[in-house]
Amino acid sequence: MTAFGTEHAFAKTRAEGRAALVGYLPAGFPDVAGSIEAMTVMVEAGCDIIEVGLPYSDPVMDGPTIQAAAQQALEGGVRTSDVLRTVEAVAATGAPTLIMTYWNPVDRYGVRRFAADLANAGGAGLITPDLIPDSGADWITAADEHGLDKVFLVAPSSTDARLAMTTAHCRGFVYATAVMGVTGARASTSDLAGPLVARAKLTTDLPIGVGLGVSNGAQAAEVAAYADAVIVGSAFVRALLDNPDRAAGLEALRVLTEDLAAGVRGTR
Amino acid sequence: MSTTMGPDARGEFVGADGQSFGGRFMPEALIAELDELTRVWEEAMADPAFTGEFERMLREYAGVPSMLYEAARFSEIAGARILLKREDLNHTGAHKIRNVLGQALLAKRMGKTRLIAETGAGQHGVATATAAAYLGLECVVYMGKVDTERQALNVARMNLLGAEVVAVDSGSMTLKDAINEAIRDWVASVEHTAYCFGTAAGPHPFPAMVRDFCRGIGDEARAQVLELTGRLPDIVTACVGGGSNAIGMFTAFLGDADVRIVGFEAGGDGVETPRHAATIHAGEVGVLHGARTFVLQDADGQTVESHSISAGLDYPGVGPQHAFLAHSGRADYQPVTDTEAMDALAVLARSEGIICAIESAHALAGTLRLAAENPGCTILVNLSGRGDKDMGTAIEWFGLGSPDGAAP
Repeated sequence: MTAFGTEHAFAKTRAEGRAALVGYLPAGFPDVAGSIEAMTVMVEAGCDIIEVGLPYSDPVMDGPTIQAAAQQALEGGVRTSDVLRTVEAVAATGAPTLIMTYWNPVDRYGVRRFAADLANAGGAGLITPDLIPDSGADWITAADEHGLDKVFLVAPSSTDARLAMTTAHCRGFVYATAVMGVTGARASTSDLAGPLVARAKLTTDLPIGVGLGVSNGAQAAEVAAYADAVIVGSAFVRALLDNPDRAAGLEALRVLTEDLAAGVRGTR
Repeated sequence: MSTTMGPDARGEFVGADGQSFGGRFMPEALIAELDELTRVWEEAMADPAFTGEFERMLREYAGVPSMLYEAARFSEIAGARILLKREDLNHTGAHKIRNVLGQALLAKRMGKTRLIAETGAGQHGVATATAAAYLGLECVVYMGKVDTERQALNVARMNLLGAEVVAVDSGSMTLKDAINEAIRDWVASVEHTAYCFGTAAGPHPFPAMVRDFCRGIGDEARAQVLELTGRLPDIVTACVGGGSNAIGMFTAFLGDADVRIVGFEAGGDGVETPRHAATIHAGEVGVLHGARTFVLQDADGQTVESHSISAGLDYPGVGPQHAFLAHSGRADYQPVTDTEAMDALAVLARSEGIICAIESAHALAGTLRLAAENPGCTILVNLSGRGDKDMGTAIEWFGLGSPDGAAP
């Protein structure tokens, strides 16, 4: 395990008796420097772990908000090398930093080379929304070689057998998708997430993070009551999309992060 | 059903060198459903009640088996004996009715009440809307915004058939983005919704399932050619976008070592330009829409937009079994440019009185090329669709439509 692994973040949040706050932004949105600055603000304001999104042309798990941000990043010319550079800068803040990526960009870069470069950049691992362990033998081997986190997703539709198989292949934490649907803020938290976390916990001692739909501190507090991590993406993207002025955007991010951080601490 | 031709239990077509195509690169949320779909499909194909009903629907409703037609005047021009499998005469005007009737019947068997589909030019959307109306299912079709504007007539047809058409304005606003949006719908609706996928691509079991629903094309044609000529054709050809009509034609001949199999991809403005859809010829192995296959992609693995005058071939991926057949050398895939296809379309119209789809015209153009290289041989061509939908393109391309208009 590298010094930058999520293991340390979870040891800390467990010692504090609270859930971790995991924040997502795509690299290169609004531009590379802007995304590094934004994620740095998120760490300062209370995110325990950062997910750097690798913008992809065909993001089938993402709703309109993250699609728009990824498209803006791609139109701005963001490259895979920029994403790794972003990881390096964000990891330097001390927060464990993972990449969330669809599989083809990693496949294209070369799985072994990607794992090596991610580890060199101080990255903690990968979250892979369209790679299931069944299809991920190369990644599992490469991640093991470099001690990187392998965060696969589980869903409300996962059978018990698939839950056990998937969590057995995870390292770092398990990503539980709270709803049957794509990313995006939702008015109320899902009633599918609690039972999914309970089922997942029967199969593993790893922390279980819950993502999809959380957008404010109250929702974060609800999810934090039964999950080890609260994962927030679209709400952070929305804060930047709604505030095109850089300073205003960063301020909105700070306010949102603080609200969410209070939510996971039950101090809101 | 399909054990002799693959894929394996993981949905992969694996080459002798270990290179794998197909498989499943999909969100975990859909895996349980893909497993269930695989199970029900395999069970259904072994159930005479299902296969009998499928055949009855094809016969009574879709006009299948389609006829084999010896194109004598076209043959004279080609310098070879050209036999056309007339899928253009099927209900809704193309081979696609076979696939949608199979998938819609399977959806009913699974207790689904709603069909979703993606469409490029609108042909698969119209076919799905047709099957949904025929079997009493709700239907939503995703179509890139650019395509809804290019193909307003097909949008109207789908509406008339009772389907809702959703214009997709993300990404490049074309077929690949329509597929993305349909997948997004399906993740949220999978409990009551079947995704009626339009081609022999996507995650397992779609490539094998779509192939098996379309393989009647080749099974019928093989028997028809034997009856007509007393022997197998020398060459079998089809156009390839995603590749459902081609794999439907080729499957019956895969075991006939003496029959040469050639697929024709959309070469657009030419494969030396960036504007084409020749995925096998110019793409590289990657992952798109759930399968490992050849993909038009940039150095970072971002999908590159394809181009073809034919909307049905305008796709930056290709079915994984075609990728496998190309990799293994059993089938050969060649590009055909927009110009070559449109020339062939005019030749067929003038020599035979048949206006075919521009997709199918790619197969004809390639066939003319093969005939020139192999004079006197017998070539079986899948004439996969009719050209009514393409008249707007033809008017523009040839400058038709005014009384003193130019002749192509």
